[in-house]
Amino acid sequence: MSLVALTGVSKVYRSLKGSDYVAVRDFSLDIPAGEFFCLLGTSGCGKTTVLNMVAGFEAASSGTISLAGKKVTRPDADRGVVFQGDDSLYGWLTAMGNIEFGLRMRGVSRAEREQKARHYLELVGLKGQDHKHPSELSGGMKQRIQIARVLANEPQMLLMDEPFAALDAHTRADMQRELKRICKATGKTVLFITHDIDEAIILADRIGVMNAGPASKLKGIVPVTLSEEERERTHDKFTAVYRQVHELIRDEVALALQRQQ
Amino acid sequence: MGKASRGVGIYLLGFASLFAIWHVAATWILNSVLFPPPWKVFLKAIELAEDGTLWEQASASLGRIATGFTGGSLLGIPLGLAIGSFPIVRRLLEPYTEFLRFIPATALITVAVIWFGIGEGSKIFLIVYTTIFIVIINTAAGVSAVAPNKIRAARSLGASRTQVFLFVAFPATVPYILTGMRLAMANSFVTIVAAELVAANNGLGRMIWDSRMYMLVDQIFVALLVLGLLGFTADRLFRWGIYTFAGRFSPVT
Repeated sequence: MSLVALTGVSKVYRSLKGSDYVAVRDFSLDIPAGEFFCLLGTSGCGKTTVLNMVAGFEAASSGTISLAGKKVTRPDADRGVVFQGDDSLYGWLTAMGNIEFGLRMRGVSRAEREQKARHYLELVGLKGQDHKHPSELSGGMKQRIQIARVLANEPQMLLMDEPFAALDAHTRADMQRELKRICKATGKTVLFITHDIDEAIILADRIGVMNAGPASKLKGIVPVTLSEEERERTHDKFTAVYRQVHELIRDEVALALQRQQ
Repeated sequence: MGKASRGVGIYLLGFASLFAIWHVAATWILNSVLFPPPWKVFLKAIELAEDGTLWEQASASLGRIATGFTGGSLLGIPLGLAIGSFPIVRRLLEPYTEFLRFIPATALITVAVIWFGIGEGSKIFLIVYTTIFIVIINTAAGVSAVAPNKIRAARSLGASRTQVFLFVAFPATVPYILTGMRLAMANSFVTIVAAELVAANNGLGRMIWDSRMYMLVDQIFVALLVLGLLGFTADRLFRWGIYTFAGRFSPVT
C-alpha cells in the first residue's frame, strides 16, 4: 500500500500582474512505505514545488496529496524535511540542541530527548560533536545535523530537497553512502529531489523523471533494482540504468535550455 | 607576545596618539587659553573629581540615560517583534515609526520641557524617544530577516505557531535587537547632552553650559572628555556583555 499518494496535483502561481504560471500540472505519484523515491528533473521543472506541497509548505491548487490515507494540509511532524542549505539550522543551539529541537517542541521529556538525540547523533556519525554550534562545523557535518534532527523526530517519511547539492564531490559521495546506510537501518520512506542522475541511481529504489517546466508532470519512472555492489558508477548495470534515465531526461534538458533563452 | 596583546598594544597606541596630537595642537600650534592642553584638563578633572562635582554631574547624566534607555528598549523590543511578525500591526504602526523617527529627539526638547518640566521627566522622555524607534526598526528588520527555512523546518518538526515565534523567530532576531540597542545607546548620549544644555539642574550638558558662562574652557573639556569616556565604556560594556552572556547572538555590525 502506498504511504504517500499525489493524485492529479497542480500548482498555479499567480503573478502580481494577474497572469498565471502553471508550475506543475496533473502530477500523480504513489510511493509505498519503505521506498526510497528520487524525483529527478532539470532546474525549474517544479520538483521543489512538488516537495513543498508534500511538506505542506505550499497548498496544491488542485488535486489531493495524502499521507497514510490522511490529507496533507500543513507542515507537521509526520514529514521531516531536509533542506539544501544550512540556513534552516538554529545557529544559537548546539548540534545536540538542534537535533532534539522537534522532540522539545512536542513536549518529550528531557531524559528521553537526550537519549534519542544522542542515538541519532551517533547514527549520522557526529559522535563527540554534540556541544558544537553549526558555525563550527563543516558543510557535510551540518547536513548530518539536519538529517539527525529529522530522524530524531521519528517522522513517517523524509523529504529531502537536494540536500547534498551544496557539498563538494567527496563529501557528497560520502554523504550518499551514509544516507543509504541510515535509510537501511531505519527503513524510512524517502522522497529525494535531485538533478543529478548518478546520485539518483546510487540512492533510489525508483527514479521519477519530470518534464521540463512549466506545467510539468512525471514523464516516466525507472525502477532501480541494483545491488549495493552494482551501484558503482563504473558497473555495467549502473551504466545501463544511467542510459535508461538519460534517455528520458535528455530531451527535457534541451527543452529547458531552449525555454530559458 | 600573543596576537591579542599586540592588538591591544596598537589600540592603546592609537589612543595615545590622539592625546599627543591634542597636546601638540594646543601647546605649539594654537597656544590659546581657549584651547587647553590635555594635562591642564587632567588637573582640572582631578580637582573636580575630588570635590565631587564631576561624579555628581556624570551620574546625573548616566542615570537618565540608563532609565530612558532601559525603558525605550523594553517598549521597543515587543513593538518591533509585533511589527515584524504581523503585517496588520506593521500597517497600523508604520505611520508612527516612519513619521516620528524623522523628528529628532533634540527637536522635541522644548516641548518635553513644557510638558514634563526641567526635572527628570523631560530627560527620560527624550531618551525613551531616542531609543524606541531605533530598537523598533532594528527588531522588525531582524524578524523579517529570519530565513524562511528556519521557520519551515520548525513547523515540520512539529512546532506550533507560538513555539515558532518563541523558539525560532525571537532568538534569530536577538542579534538585530542588540545592534539596535547599541546604536540607541550612542544616540542617547547625543540627546542627553542636548537636553541638559537647554534645560536641566545638573548633568554633564548643564556643566558645559555653566562653564561657558564663566569661560571655564578647561572645565568644558573635562565634561567632553568624560562624555567620550563614558560613551566608550558603555559601548564596550555592552559588547562585552553580549559576547559573555550571549556569544551565540553576536550582533550584526
